[in-house]
Amino acid sequence: MAAPQPVEPAKVSELRSAGKQSAPLSSGGGEIPDHIFKFAMLLCGLAVLATLGLIVYELVLRSGPSWHAFGFKFFGGRDWDPVNEQFGALPFVYGTLVSSFLALLIAVPLSIGVAVFTTEMCPPALRGPLSFFVELLAAIPSVVYGLWAIFVLIPILTNYVGPFLSRTLGWSGLFEGSFYGVSMLAAGIILAIMIIPIISSITREVLAVVPQHQREAALALGATRWEMIRVGVLRNARAGIMGAVILGLGRALGETMAVTMVIGNNPQIAKSLFAPGYTMASVLANEFSEATSTVYRSSLIEIGLALFLVTIVVNALARFLVWTVTRGQPSRANA
Amino acid sequence: MPETAQTSALHTVAPIALRRRITNHVMTGVAVLTVVLVLVPLFAIFAYLVYRGIGSINWAFLTKTPRPVGEVGGGMANAIVGSMVILGLASIIGVPLGVGAGIYIAEYGRNRLGDVIRFTADVLNGVPSIVIGIVAYSIVVLAQGHFSALAGGVALAIMMIPTITRTTEEMLLLVPQALREAAYGLGIPRWRATLSITLRTATSGVITGIMLAFARVAGETAPLLFTALGNQYWSLSTDLDHPWAFLWRHPVSFFWNHHLRLGLDQPTAALPLQIYTYALSPYDDWHRQAWAGAFVLIILIVTSVAAVRFAVRRGTFGAA
Repeated sequence: MAAPQPVEPAKVSELRSAGKQSAPLSSGGGEIPDHIFKFAMLLCGLAVLATLGLIVYELVLRSGPSWHAFGFKFFGGRDWDPVNEQFGALPFVYGTLVSSFLALLIAVPLSIGVAVFTTEMCPPALRGPLSFFVELLAAIPSVVYGLWAIFVLIPILTNYVGPFLSRTLGWSGLFEGSFYGVSMLAAGIILAIMIIPIISSITREVLAVVPQHQREAALALGATRWEMIRVGVLRNARAGIMGAVILGLGRALGETMAVTMVIGNNPQIAKSLFAPGYTMASVLANEFSEATSTVYRSSLIEIGLALFLVTIVVNALARFLVWTVTRGQPSRANA
Repeated sequence: MPETAQTSALHTVAPIALRRRITNHVMTGVAVLTVVLVLVPLFAIFAYLVYRGIGSINWAFLTKTPRPVGEVGGGMANAIVGSMVILGLASIIGVPLGVGAGIYIAEYGRNRLGDVIRFTADVLNGVPSIVIGIVAYSIVVLAQGHFSALAGGVALAIMMIPTITRTTEEMLLLVPQALREAAYGLGIPRWRATLSITLRTATSGVITGIMLAFARVAGETAPLLFTALGNQYWSLSTDLDHPWAFLWRHPVSFFWNHHLRLGLDQPTAALPLQIYTYALSPYDDWHRQAWAGAFVLIILIVTSVAAVRFAVRRGTFGAA
């Protein structure tokens, strides 16, 4: 018997249509259903493109009036005065940046520590449950984090953490003034808790693809475990870790509900982290449905457009960095 | 001195220098400490949620609508149903589109257009949910002239699509090429092979992706703020005096009579919205109900995910 010839995938369809001509099969019609199916799937794919196009179109179109009224000064203005129709977005940009960077400051060392522990130090029996639990927390809705922050985190901050910080670090000016709990500090902490699962799970993924022989080489040269991790693992994975951090930043910038519930929603620029602030996302959440005048509404939509553009740039950068490390590996980075 | 220890290591098996050993132990300690620092607040959130949730939930909460402001009692029955309606609408819109786009990228999209769609899905995945709320408001609410469950469903569908598209694609690519070739070899048309062989093999992975997307949007509040808006009453309304009796006597025509109004074009309550409103209110009883709502929301997410995964595992054999 002759061995069957290997068939290249590209030729399959030719062979199939050739077979059709000689012996038509009954199992599903001719070529037309195939074309219809492909066209339907193409439409679904194009719907994804259309959705993004529609988002950009709506945001640009509807932010027009505010753009014409204020121009670039919009993002430099400090006044947010709906009654006199004066709109400047600086306090919101400031609040978004400060709360997100505060969150990164807290979350990054902790997440990297957790990722290093789970990949390099953890007993295998503990590894599964630990990462499962950390990832479970990514499934908790934002509004539930906010609820917890209002009733648990803020009392702890006002009773213990606040007085301690103003006693020890009050000289820096970052922790002065009266502290009522709702503050930039509370927003930064709750954001940190929310982005730790993301940063640590992607960092873990990046560390896992560092080649095993890097570790073995370091150990063979007499490195201790920490030296092996520092030289053999972290140094190789730093671009990917950077990507994980930026992905966390992207999430923190756009986070709305939990921040809105604890930041105090006051459009001011204050040095003290004890003072309330306002973010771009929370001003949208609070004021969009009550914005009646055209300029007011389009100013809010312009803030939304800015938020949209910033998160796209941040996410693209992060994905590129993660991709440079995990390239060639099946990526599960599904943030 | 670390230098001498390293030099002597050439001759004898010297102990690792003390400084390096201490650093090693300290850094191990630091790593363990970070794990503890992360797990404590995370565990606290879970434990507190379960504790307050179980303490706050009762029959009235599950079956009654909210009482007027300041009165004790009532529940979130309309919000629970409203959430299900909005999530159902989102799934009806989002799942076919997402799976279809995934099929296109995996089976037909090994080209420039496929790459563009894949990249767009990734970009869409990172768009802040509040921005999607604004867009759904502009498209649906302004067109209809009022807030509605449909607008909320559209907003959540937009958020579901990218996740579903990307996981569907990944799962379809895991199906061995030989399986497709075997199908073509039997003379099965390509559309039939894709649906009955490739997609069928990847079913459990695709459904896991759908459930991931579902769980992600189930707790979303921001896109619903100015689409579904919220409602203190039922959005499904009837002017029958005894709706349950009517349903009992005319089970079929109940859904086709002019007394019942399916409130898909009405402002609709949703659990996350209700939790948000109640959490910021000054009333203790509403705080209690916010915790109960959060607990019900988590249970809803976890059970729907678990139920579907269980059903899928029972239904298919040896699937990826």
